Amino acid sequence: MTNTLHRFSEHYAFEPKPNPAPVEDDFIVFAMATRGVNDDGLVDKYRTFARLALAHNPVNVGDATKGGIYRPQPALNPLAHWKRDDRPDPERLIEDIEGHTVVAAVFSRWEDMEAFVEDVVQADLGLSVNISAPIDAAARCCKASGLTRHSLEYSLGFQGRVERLPDRAVLEISTMCGHGMVSHTFVKKMVDWVKEGRRTPAQAARYMARFCVCGVFNTVRAEKLFEQARTRGA
Amino acid sequence: MRIDEYKCVACGNCIPVCPVGAIYIDPAIGRARVNQAECVECHACYRGMSKEHLFPPMVRGIRRVAKGLRFRFDPEPDICPTDALTPQALTWPRIVRRAFSDPQVPHESTGIHGRGTAEVKTNDVTGRVKEGEAGFVIEFGRPGLGAWFREIQEMTQALAALGVEFEKKNPVTSLMTDQVRGLIREDILGEKVLSAIVELKTGLEQVPTVLRTIRGVSRRLETVVAVGVSTRCDEQGQDRLRALLEAEGYPAYRGKTNLGLGHATVDVRAAGRRWAGPRPSEASL
Repeated sequence: MTNTLHRFSEHYAFEPKPNPAPVEDDFIVFAMATRGVNDDGLVDKYRTFARLALAHNPVNVGDATKGGIYRPQPALNPLAHWKRDDRPDPERLIEDIEGHTVVAAVFSRWEDMEAFVEDVVQADLGLSVNISAPIDAAARCCKASGLTRHSLEYSLGFQGRVERLPDRAVLEISTMCGHGMVSHTFVKKMVDWVKEGRRTPAQAARYMARFCVCGVFNTVRAEKLFEQARTRGA
Repeated sequence: MRIDEYKCVACGNCIPVCPVGAIYIDPAIGRARVNQAECVECHACYRGMSKEHLFPPMVRGIRRVAKGLRFRFDPEPDICPTDALTPQALTWPRIVRRAFSDPQVPHESTGIHGRGTAEVKTNDVTGRVKEGEAGFVIEFGRPGLGAWFREIQEMTQALAALGVEFEKKNPVTSLMTDQVRGLIREDILGEKVLSAIVELKTGLEQVPTVLRTIRGVSRRLETVVAVGVSTRCDEQGQDRLRALLEAEGYPAYRGKTNLGLGHATVDVRAAGRRWAGPRPSEASL
């Protein structure tokens, strides 16, 4: 499951431009246990990890088996079309954690991510913890937290029939769900709706987030990208 | 996935949410249909859409009136108003589609959970990729195109010819009939999945050769390929891999960094001894 590895940005453009701007609003920290090695008291450890994350302004938190803090609702009534309760539900997320999974927290600010990592180090949960982000940003975080990097996995981007992929704006948004549950066509539709003023960028971002079953979709970055698509074209 | 003809009101909300574009309105029946050849059984439509459970004839009536009046209702775009999406019972080999496409189900077909393994995400406790080694994760079909197993086999054959060792716990490896030649079982070659991952490990010195082979085969495929390469850092937290990747012309901008915080919290050897024999339920079989 490489669900956070291949997030598209200008750095992976098929016709790259020199010196693309760094991605400074997308940092994921996730925890994972290995069966029979460090999975005793697993549920409590994952809940502690999620609670620590919630103290540092995450834009999303997810449990890979149950979803993120934005989830589809199984029984809405028609008033939802005018007055929908689309607030995140972190308590439900924590309550629903029940066993082996991957718990992830997404941050839009490096400082929040770094403060969270320091808390995780202090908590000494014994779980494997990874940062999925620009490699240099993660290295800076390790240095600030007094950690030595153990292992690295680089994304080399996409190759093959890349001409079949949609444009940059759509790709940047849709690849924030690494499992591909956020469809390109749905993103295109929402870009159009945002341009037509039928939905705000924030609303469009929340629709997308409900489809991401791991809860690693970055709603703040998506909102910015929708806004850019509206004003600069996509 | 199927769509219940009685329940469907042809609102069209499910059409754009399908990651592979397999849903369409069939004008002959005025309802949505799923192209079964293209559907990868990912359940994104079924699981991702919220539901209202409204009475279908009532919704159809209201829609007819609104259409007659040229009235544009602006509904929430992620709701199936009548809960018309209906998962179907899957049999072999179609069940493989769901195993590789729906991230929330274990690989019932392969007995392995997830599309791949933990890669280096748990390397701090498993020691799977060692210093001087490189782990490859080669993903097919993502984002949003999907891939056929016959395309994946083209890559596994080319990589097998290099003498690489495929990761034994990987689901694609478990579906191979001949790992030395990189052959995948024939009865699934015509199955399409949203994504599948091939995993292997080599020495760092083989990284350029493997990357060139992947690049060469990728050009012949109908889908996209996303590649991840991992390594173990040295005692100072440095790695030799980045320079190798950049020399091959690949961006090494983003990735996963294992912080080394994992540690065994149970006596693994003792746990192994405890579970060496059959479990009570297995012993009674």
